[in-house]
Amino acid sequence: MDNVILNQLSYPILSWTVFLPVVGIFVLLFLRNSGAIRWTALGFTLVTLAVSLPLLTNFDKSTHKMQFVEKSEWIPSWGIHYFIGIDGISILFIVLTTLLSVLCVLVSWTSVQDRVKEFHIAILAVETGMLGVFVALDFFLFYLFWEAMLIPMFILIGVFGGKNRVYASIKFFLYTLVGSLLMLVGIVVLYFYGGKTLDILALSQINYPLKVQYWLFLAFFAAFAVKVPMFPVHTWLPDAHTEAPTAGSVILAGVLIKMGAYGFLRFSMPMLPDATKFFIGPVLILSIIAIIYGALICFAQKDFKRLIAYSSVSHMGFVTLGLFALNTQGVEGGILQMLNHGIITGAMFLMIGIIYERTHTRVIADYGGFAKIVPWYAGFFMILTFASIGLPGTNGFIGEFLIIFGAFKAQMIMGVLAATGIILGAGYMLWLYQRIFFQDPNPDYEAKGAHPVSDLNMREVITLLPLFVLVFWIGFYPNTFLEYMHASVAHLIEQVNQTAYAGQENLLVKFISEIF
Amino acid sequence: MQYAPTVNAMIKYTLIPLLPFLAFIINILLGRNFIRDKAHWVAIPAVFGSFVLAVSAFIDVANGQVINIDVYSWIVSGDFNVSFGFLIDQLSAIMLLVVTSISTLIFIYSVGYMHGDPGYYRFFAYLSLFVFSMLILVMANNFLLLYFGWEAVGLCSYFLIGFWFHKKSAADAGKKAFIVNRFGDFGFGLGVILIFLTLGSLDYMEVFNRAGGIAGQTINILGTDFDLITVICLLLFCGAVGKSAQLPLHVWLPDAMEGPTPVSALIHAATMVTAGVFMVARTSPLFNLSATAMNTVAVVGGLTAIFAATIALVQNDIKRVIAYSTVSQLGYMFLALGVGAYSAGIFHLYTHAYFKALLFLGSGSVIHALGDEQDMRNMGGLKKFMPQTYKVFIIATLSITGIPFLAGFFSKDEILWRVYQQGDLGKFLWFLGTAAALLTAFYSWRLIYMTFHGKFRGTDEQEHHLHESPPVITVPLWFLAVGAVAAGWVGIPPILMEHGDRIGEFLAPVLGHAQGHGSHAEEYFVIAASIFVAVAGWLIAHRMYIKKPEIPAQLGAKYQPIHKLLYNKYWIDELYSKVFVQPTLKLADKVILGFDTIVIEGIVNGIPALIDSFSQGLRRIQTGLISNYGLVMTLGALCMLIGYMVFSG
Repeated sequence: MDNVILNQLSYPILSWTVFLPVVGIFVLLFLRNSGAIRWTALGFTLVTLAVSLPLLTNFDKSTHKMQFVEKSEWIPSWGIHYFIGIDGISILFIVLTTLLSVLCVLVSWTSVQDRVKEFHIAILAVETGMLGVFVALDFFLFYLFWEAMLIPMFILIGVFGGKNRVYASIKFFLYTLVGSLLMLVGIVVLYFYGGKTLDILALSQINYPLKVQYWLFLAFFAAFAVKVPMFPVHTWLPDAHTEAPTAGSVILAGVLIKMGAYGFLRFSMPMLPDATKFFIGPVLILSIIAIIYGALICFAQKDFKRLIAYSSVSHMGFVTLGLFALNTQGVEGGILQMLNHGIITGAMFLMIGIIYERTHTRVIADYGGFAKIVPWYAGFFMILTFASIGLPGTNGFIGEFLIIFGAFKAQMIMGVLAATGIILGAGYMLWLYQRIFFQDPNPDYEAKGAHPVSDLNMREVITLLPLFVLVFWIGFYPNTFLEYMHASVAHLIEQVNQTAYAGQENLLVKFISEIF
Repeated sequence: MQYAPTVNAMIKYTLIPLLPFLAFIINILLGRNFIRDKAHWVAIPAVFGSFVLAVSAFIDVANGQVINIDVYSWIVSGDFNVSFGFLIDQLSAIMLLVVTSISTLIFIYSVGYMHGDPGYYRFFAYLSLFVFSMLILVMANNFLLLYFGWEAVGLCSYFLIGFWFHKKSAADAGKKAFIVNRFGDFGFGLGVILIFLTLGSLDYMEVFNRAGGIAGQTINILGTDFDLITVICLLLFCGAVGKSAQLPLHVWLPDAMEGPTPVSALIHAATMVTAGVFMVARTSPLFNLSATAMNTVAVVGGLTAIFAATIALVQNDIKRVIAYSTVSQLGYMFLALGVGAYSAGIFHLYTHAYFKALLFLGSGSVIHALGDEQDMRNMGGLKKFMPQTYKVFIIATLSITGIPFLAGFFSKDEILWRVYQQGDLGKFLWFLGTAAALLTAFYSWRLIYMTFHGKFRGTDEQEHHLHESPPVITVPLWFLAVGAVAAGWVGIPPILMEHGDRIGEFLAPVLGHAQGHGSHAEEYFVIAASIFVAVAGWLIAHRMYIKKPEIPAQLGAKYQPIHKLLYNKYWIDELYSKVFVQPTLKLADKVILGFDTIVIEGIVNGIPALIDSFSQGLRRIQTGLISNYGLVMTLGALCMLIGYMVFSG
């Protein structure tokens, strides 16, 4: 056990963090009053957040090793362990998840009126699932959480979503399922190659034959690329985001789609270094396509929420670009940008949910002049707009800059192409802002007399505030967050560079000819 | 020479940008509900405080204390490391003075100008944020912090151009300014990255010290080798072209006049738009290493100077005339930078700040008096109603047209003389510059005559309300007028007064001395030529607009195509719309969206549909979702396993 640091605290902090929401679910089962349900759910998410915070202070930033590790036998005959721990790559996502879960409960306070109990159970279940994915160090456990998370998410979209919720939820489900099944096959193969163990760390130490690496990479890639989502398997995302209830969108954008990128970091890269290097070219090209394609398609959107959903495709393109630049700046920028995207897009979906609750429309053309109608709301959204555009002083800048820097360092042309995404980003976001907030209110909409729109209330401001603090904190002092990553990212890059098959020509053509 | 900064010094320099920032925070958070129309009581003391500290900093620098301090480490990632830190040397000291002094005056002016506006607190909040950003830009000690300030002033510009956001034109103009600037910043950002990758630092001092080491190295771009330093400089210059509205990215600045007039004066004349000039001067050690980059800067500047001046000849909107004049004058500054006369460029930046701010604020006084009328065809005869405004306007015009002994004369002349000394290209650019000076004189006096002379052509209603502006407006005008007259006296050419070029000497430690030789006779010739065109332009305008007012219409009719071309600004906006904006939107709407919904969705929905039809039988046995789940799972797992076994064996 010298490659991990066992939990030094007097209590199993990771297990508590992961399973507190499950305890919450059991409590909720006995409640009927929806007020009590909301408060209980809020209480449990808050306590989970509070329990997860000591991770940050007790984390040893000087090592790449897994920390707060808990390991015990679970199903010995199959070599399955209850094995959890976190390193500098996963720690920030734990806290992001526990934070966003609180905000999800808060933002749904008034907007969810039916099936309140089921809704909050789903939220808590998703929280446990997501946390589990980030802490699992045993493949069986990992896959369990990975799949378990899908079901409550499916329910959130399919039951609590918008008009096309059924279509969206099935699409979401099928897409991710197909991907995860390929991953399952990959895991099985790893299990046999790795000496019948499911220990993720042990499996990362083995040199797999080249051809096995290629196939495994593709299998994992299918699962993770769908989750990210990368072009061209992104079309589930706009539907799912748009139809999901606000909390669902926040979870999707904030955490769930980060799992694909996390998968690349945790499995593809350290386990399959040769294949990773082999496939860099295509992955970078797909990332660039995602950045530009995702940005261009935003210009054609007529739905507020759908536009932001598509912008995620572009932003996640930046993330994968950074990760596969495979240098410190690119990977750290990519991880930071995952966090940033969770904060910015998470906050945007919160805000869209807030305004939708008042206007009951997401059609951009229905809006206009809202800076006059809801000035505080407009101000908050302005900050998010510029964070999304990557203005210095906000978190978006740090992430995008590091990514473009890393990409440029790896392959100049990639950095240059990625930078065009920044021009396009400014274009569609400012145009969106203008249509929603500037000029005069839409007379048609006013004539319908629909709903008097009130500005942010105190609950909503409290919901949003933590995310805005983070926007500026990361913008002005990103080192707080980057420091957690340094050791782990350095180790990861070292792992990728320790190729057993050095000198292999990095040609896709060769690979293809080898197969056939 | 550098001195270790004391804690006091550190606090002092940090406070310079921090004071306006605090004013911003206070006004934006409390302005709407509490401070409201008292917002200036927060903003003006803050910016005046910065001014006082800037004066103190200037004195420090004059006493030889150049300071380079890192406040804290901003971004650390692997070998990439950049700080939040300040460099206060001769160049930044002058910029600090210009920015804070003009800001203070314009803040005071705004109290009168923006009085009663429902967004009064917001205006002062944004303006304070702008001053903060501009000060960061000027004080930065590294490229990334420069970029921070650079983008932040762009943000404030966006806010303030679109200040009256209920107007579509204003909202459009703000957006346009930001996006056009992004095109320039695209290059700027890549330039910054390339600097770090080749020189291993973004700190100015380290970069400049190491730059010599990469002279002559090349970089391979798409199979062609380019000189590395030239590429870096041209990328940086892209940013300058955007921010300082040079060809071909000048299109945003005239539209930016949608903002309130104090904004036009402060941001779009005196300070922000000169950031590009400042940046090139700041990075002069890099530019000095690339003749190609220098020539590009000079040619872009020279062409912009004359190009914008031709457009200004025929515009009727008073602010647009001045806006094109600004573009043209910025061209002069780049012209100077491009021939290595950095201090001449900064000198013109500094004098221009005063006379151009004065022109804008003067026009604001007129617009205010006429109830938001900006079309000069509806003005005329304002001389007798607004004597103070008229007088300061005359002073500013004399200054910008280069009438001897006013500020503009010295700085423009310094530029033209430096340009003239640079061989054949120099002679050509000097000719452009001098021709542009003729046009400048013409359009500036045309503006005066159309606005202040002749008979009033507005409505009776307007005439009834005509009045001179209150002291809160006119007093700052007079302060600026003093600058427009006397600001140039620190840069008197040695030929006229020994040791007269004090600003050039002051800046020499940072910017060096301009190269080039010329005889006294040639220098007198250049001076005489610019005086001649200044007077000639004046006389032509006088003849066309006072003596024979029918001439303009006749000329316009006779040379209608030319008039149309100039009046429509060479149709460049239309061109960009057709070539960039429309195709992008069409591409997005028709091609990309179509691809997404038809091709990708088609394939994705097609496969399940295929399987669906294939599995109707199975469907009946199982029900609902679980069938899909099970089916896809089985099929997928089987396919992979079989595939794996077949191919890996």
